Amino acid sequence: MPKACLRHDGRGIACAAQLGFIMADVGYQSDPLCPAQTVGGSIGDFVALMKPRVMSLVVFTALTGIVLAPEPMHPVLAVIALICIAVGAGASGALNMWYDADIDALMQRTASRPIPRGRVAPEEALTFGVVLAVGAVSTLGLLVSWPAAALLAFTIAFYVLVYTMWLKRRTPQNIVIGGAAGAFPPMVGWAAATGSVSLESILLFLIIFMWTPPHFWALALYRARDYERAGVPMLPVVAGPDETRKQIVIYSALLVPLALLPAFMGLGGALYAVVAILLGGVFLARALSVYRTREGREADRAAKQLFGFSILYLFGLFAALLIERVAVLLSA
Amino acid sequence: MENGGERERQRRRKMRSIGIALALGALVILFYVATLVRLGGNVMNRPL
Repeated sequence: MPKACLRHDGRGIACAAQLGFIMADVGYQSDPLCPAQTVGGSIGDFVALMKPRVMSLVVFTALTGIVLAPEPMHPVLAVIALICIAVGAGASGALNMWYDADIDALMQRTASRPIPRGRVAPEEALTFGVVLAVGAVSTLGLLVSWPAAALLAFTIAFYVLVYTMWLKRRTPQNIVIGGAAGAFPPMVGWAAATGSVSLESILLFLIIFMWTPPHFWALALYRARDYERAGVPMLPVVAGPDETRKQIVIYSALLVPLALLPAFMGLGGALYAVVAILLGGVFLARALSVYRTREGREADRAAKQLFGFSILYLFGLFAALLIERVAVLLSA
Repeated sequence: MENGGERERQRRRKMRSIGIALALGALVILFYVATLVRLGGNVMNRPL
């Protein structure tokens, strides 16, 4: 394996030999064209730095915030706002991958990311992330709304400084507090349309905020060994899988009734109420299944099922809000 | 291998340059369209 591929940015945890051993252990494949400094990444590598799957969820929840806002937005400005929010999320992803390159290399789930593979140099990822962040925030401010831009800047800073640099490696509450970063996009969308923050947009924030812990802890349950190897103090690593299962049930029991509130606050109607009740029931059932199934492959399967369903659950809630609101706008 | 690596390096650099050019072009269009939308007919509403 070329030595340059294992070079880290000075904060490195592992020496080259250690990394080589661990990467081989998790099936890491080095890029034959390394080092990144002399070959450079492809456009696809830079797209991967932006975590496109996370971006798609961010865009979807931000769109919901824009559409639900009481003040209609010009479609062109709405598209510009969504692009800025998406790029801001991409910037957060790139900066996260820059800072976490050392632990990403140690985890099977993340070892194939562009920096651990040696396809993008850490400094390139840092520059890319900073340029995107500054560009997204300033464009959103100049073209759409400065309150929304300020909220987007806060979101990026929260994700990078508070979650990635401070909490992630220090406390098992990392994704509880850090989850706020992923919950801000509907508030940013709402602020882009109205120029302010309201109780309704805070409610959308709270739903994603409460959804994040059971979602990530379900993943952490069946990836605990990965996190342990990388020294990330996720709840299953620090407090054990049984305590994690208990916390998943507690957060799920808080999330499901909270997700019903939009139906009582005028944000959602009958369709939303039905979707929130049905999907909420399945969510609770899956969480209880994780709680009860504690041994062997069945336990992993239950956790995987909850993780997969949690994505569908959040998508379903926001899709119902979106559909109802669009139907109202079209009939008006 | 050395030539292959050099060719690949040049190809990736070219693609990155095209990507940056397209992004800058999109930004120009974005600002132009947003200006039209925000100003609208008011663009003519000024003392001559």
